[in-house]
Amino acid sequence: MSDGIVGAPAGTSPVPRRRQLGGRLLSAVLPGAPQLAAGRWGVGVMALLAWSGLLAVCVASPDRLWSARTGSWDERVALATVVLGLVAAWGWSWRDVGLPDRPKVVGVSQWDLAVRAFSKNRTAVLGLIVIVALYAVALLTPLITPFDPNLQGDLRTERLIGSSGAHPLGTDHFARDILSRLLYGARISLTIGFVAVGISVTIGTLVGAIAGFLGGLVDGVVMRFVDMVISFPRLILLITIIAIFEPSIFLIVAVLGLTLWPSTARIVRGEVLSLREREFVQAAEALGYPKRRIILRHLIPNALAPVIVAATLGIGNTIVLEAGLSFLGLGVQPPTPSWGTMVADGRDHLLNAWWLSTFPGLAIVFTVLSFNLVGDGLRDALDPRLRS
Amino acid sequence: MTQYVLRRLLGSVPLVLGIATIIFFLVNLAPGDPTLMFVSPGMTQDVIEQMRANFGLDQPVHVRYVKWVAAMVTGDLGFSISQSRPVIDVIGEVLPNTLVLSACALAVAFLFGIVIGTIQAVRQYSLMDSSTSVALLFFYSMPSFWLALMLILTLSLFARNVWEWPIYFPASGITSVDYDFLSFGAQLRDRATHLVLPTLSLALVLTAGIARYMRGSMLEVIRQDFVRTAHAKGLPERVVVFKHALRNALIPIITLLGLYIPYLFSGTVFIEFIFAWPGMGRTLVNAIFQRDYPLVMAGTFFFATMVVFANLVADVLYAVVDPRIRYE
Amino acid sequence: MRGPLLSVRNLRTSFHTDVGEARAVDGVSFDVHAGETLGIVGESGCGKTVTSLSILRLLPEPPAEILPGSSVVFGGEELTTAAPSRMRELRGNEISMIFQEPMSSLNPVYSVGDQISEALRLHRGLGRGAARSEAIRLLAEVGIPEPSQRVDEYPHQLSGGMRQRVMIAMALSCDPKLLIADEPTTALDVTIQAQILELLAELRRRHGMAVLLITHDLGVVAEVCDRVVVMYAGQVVETGSVQEIFADPRHPYTQGLMASLPSVESPGRRLTSIPGTVPNPTAWPGGCRFRERCGRARPGCSSEQELFALNAVGRSARCWLAGAEAEPVA
Repeated sequence: MSDGIVGAPAGTSPVPRRRQLGGRLLSAVLPGAPQLAAGRWGVGVMALLAWSGLLAVCVASPDRLWSARTGSWDERVALATVVLGLVAAWGWSWRDVGLPDRPKVVGVSQWDLAVRAFSKNRTAVLGLIVIVALYAVALLTPLITPFDPNLQGDLRTERLIGSSGAHPLGTDHFARDILSRLLYGARISLTIGFVAVGISVTIGTLVGAIAGFLGGLVDGVVMRFVDMVISFPRLILLITIIAIFEPSIFLIVAVLGLTLWPSTARIVRGEVLSLREREFVQAAEALGYPKRRIILRHLIPNALAPVIVAATLGIGNTIVLEAGLSFLGLGVQPPTPSWGTMVADGRDHLLNAWWLSTFPGLAIVFTVLSFNLVGDGLRDALDPRLRS
Repeated sequence: MTQYVLRRLLGSVPLVLGIATIIFFLVNLAPGDPTLMFVSPGMTQDVIEQMRANFGLDQPVHVRYVKWVAAMVTGDLGFSISQSRPVIDVIGEVLPNTLVLSACALAVAFLFGIVIGTIQAVRQYSLMDSSTSVALLFFYSMPSFWLALMLILTLSLFARNVWEWPIYFPASGITSVDYDFLSFGAQLRDRATHLVLPTLSLALVLTAGIARYMRGSMLEVIRQDFVRTAHAKGLPERVVVFKHALRNALIPIITLLGLYIPYLFSGTVFIEFIFAWPGMGRTLVNAIFQRDYPLVMAGTFFFATMVVFANLVADVLYAVVDPRIRYE
Repeated sequence: MRGPLLSVRNLRTSFHTDVGEARAVDGVSFDVHAGETLGIVGESGCGKTVTSLSILRLLPEPPAEILPGSSVVFGGEELTTAAPSRMRELRGNEISMIFQEPMSSLNPVYSVGDQISEALRLHRGLGRGAARSEAIRLLAEVGIPEPSQRVDEYPHQLSGGMRQRVMIAMALSCDPKLLIADEPTTALDVTIQAQILELLAELRRRHGMAVLLITHDLGVVAEVCDRVVVMYAGQVVETGSVQEIFADPRHPYTQGLMASLPSVESPGRRLTSIPGTVPNPTAWPGGCRFRERCGRARPGCSSEQELFALNAVGRSARCWLAGAEAEPVA
């Protein structure tokens, strides 16, 4: 976590008592502040943000928080997020201040080295903070949205009005609050992105590893199929499938997940092919380990680095695709708020209400940007050739 | 070389056949009866059956598959249900529009992407490099349909109505209403101005991707020994970069051609939809909404085949740029 | 007597890295006279390659920097402060360079003829056709068979030795006064090494140019050099004629190098190696930099060592044990 190269080994230089006491006091009031002061800005900002943000939610709407106890499933999840988040931020910071300065030459394993390389990359850490904040917001939506996302205001007086005190980002053509819809839309985008990529990474990794390891006919057949699927412009394949069936959120997640795995399979297969030639895999084969064990224990863990990078970039990509499908009316169906649908809604009101399309689009851009930043950072951190 | 091209062409035949098979079964095994679109209340079952027979839908799936493939091989793509004319006519009409748009976008994207990436690599660590990187990542993260709307908003609507700029670009169609009455020069101009916004919407995202890749490729190349040799000859920086380094850095960039074509075609669906551009993408979307299966199958097949073809072109380009491949 | 062709004085080149300033070349001075062959010898990491690249200013800046106070005078002209355009006029024209890796030093996407012609057209203003026939002549001169066919071939079609000959042809194309050869034979097979060295020696005689030969191979030095500069840890530790250095090495490091060399005269002798490795250029040890690996180290070695002149014709050593009576070089 620390940036320095040389430092005192663990245990040899205990933190002076007075400094430790000051850190304790500070962390009790403002978790994250001592870490920030120590120059560990990534974790510092995250803890500080979590603490102050969640506290702000409590202060702003204590009554909503209170009623959430007996509210819907959504509201109870949000309430749990607030409580657990506060406890976690506070507890972590308190414990962390008490720990002796980390010995700075810890990087022995590849993962330690990667974590250190990643945390040195400021833009990547910034992207990670934004993503964590986005997921937190998605969990908290029932508590923090100013309006019900589907609540229509007075269509005569509140329709298509620009930024105002009550509606910071204005209202849409049904006089609904854009900020509230934007926040609810975040849940859709982030959930679909995460689940779809999760499905495709799981399938792709397994298929790629098996094809690469077994080789021969299996490999030939599977990889020809992968070539074919990759030849389809993905969006066109998606709209064909979705239009044939009836669009629903489950169908979209399933289809997004089931059309992305071939590229993961290709990456994993390539890795596995080169790993197969390595001594430790040949040793495992010579020892007569079962194939399943070799694939799961030896091949996949070592082929994972490029998959993690591809998955991170893939989430951003999938969010754009989902928004595109919704934009065409083939994705999330109204009235459920989705960023793509919101951009499409604004299309008819570009000249007289530019904010309708602009803000949801910006939300997509910044979300995808964050995933791309983290993906780039991971790629640099996980590539030993780029580490100096 | 010719032999290599021929071998690659032959090798892609099974791939194209496989693609056709996937499309056929995807469309034909799906629920939903295309004839229902044309059924009006009060029609007797006999008439509906007659319509199904006309479309050939009364036969079992495997028979239809064999017939379809046989027809495809002879160039018969079927009959468009929604447009009531042969599919080949529909595609012949809209395909050129898509190709013009895609070619413009591709040319703009590669030209600017390569130039920007090269300049960034040469000026690594400079303020220009880092600020350009941020801007590129921003565009790279942008959905093309939103970018299109924002371009329409600024360069068309606001430029014309609010800011009253002397130049603004049309936001829809491939020609103006009065196109037929214009002189030849004015017609050309009219077409060009209609191309600007769709091309930009498609190209900017690709440009960002290419520039990012080009920067990395160039950085790798300018560290190599032969670049030092070129400097040691006394060649000016410009020649070292644009002659010696660039051609080597372009080799991996060619992969992007094959890789970005599917993205590009996906993009044309949105862009043609938004700009009312009468191309393949818009036709395909409309066909899907109208359950015009023959047109959907032919359109999807065309897109996928063009991707296969683009990959082939990329492989041949490899051999042109890299002499090490040429003789293998 | 005429002055030296190339005069390097107090050359200091540093790399600015994440872990601090790496002083790869730290106060190197030597002369190269017209027509002679000077060898720079040392282990990898001693700064000999950086020295050669610094002369032509071929190091990327940043991260490299030739520090102020350094001086490289070629033909009476200061190079460290010369305009970039002037440097380009000299490179490949007055001073040429060949590199260690013939595999990667040629551009894979251009034919060898194109690459040789390039310098001819740039510096001598030849047209396309004239440059091509000159390239064929040069290929013949460096001993490449069927030069008129080879001229259109690409580097990957040639063997390592052939590629190095192409590099030499390219370097010779404009009749340079000085040829810098950075480990020209290291990447080649032993039999090819001898051929290339022979070729270099012959071309030097024919063209009357000076050669600055960078190598870690004392055998190569003995074969082709007139004088030797021994480098260690970014500094010159000993200079002298080949005969003097081989017959009477004065610096313990040079002595160590000699002891590691097999000899035909005493075949039964055990070869010795120098223990340890070259220290880290971001943190050179104080005092004599060889102290920690030196078998003769004593308390006096912890003070900074100067280069002592051992005679009037350029023999010197950076060791106070080398000659107590000797005067330090100014």
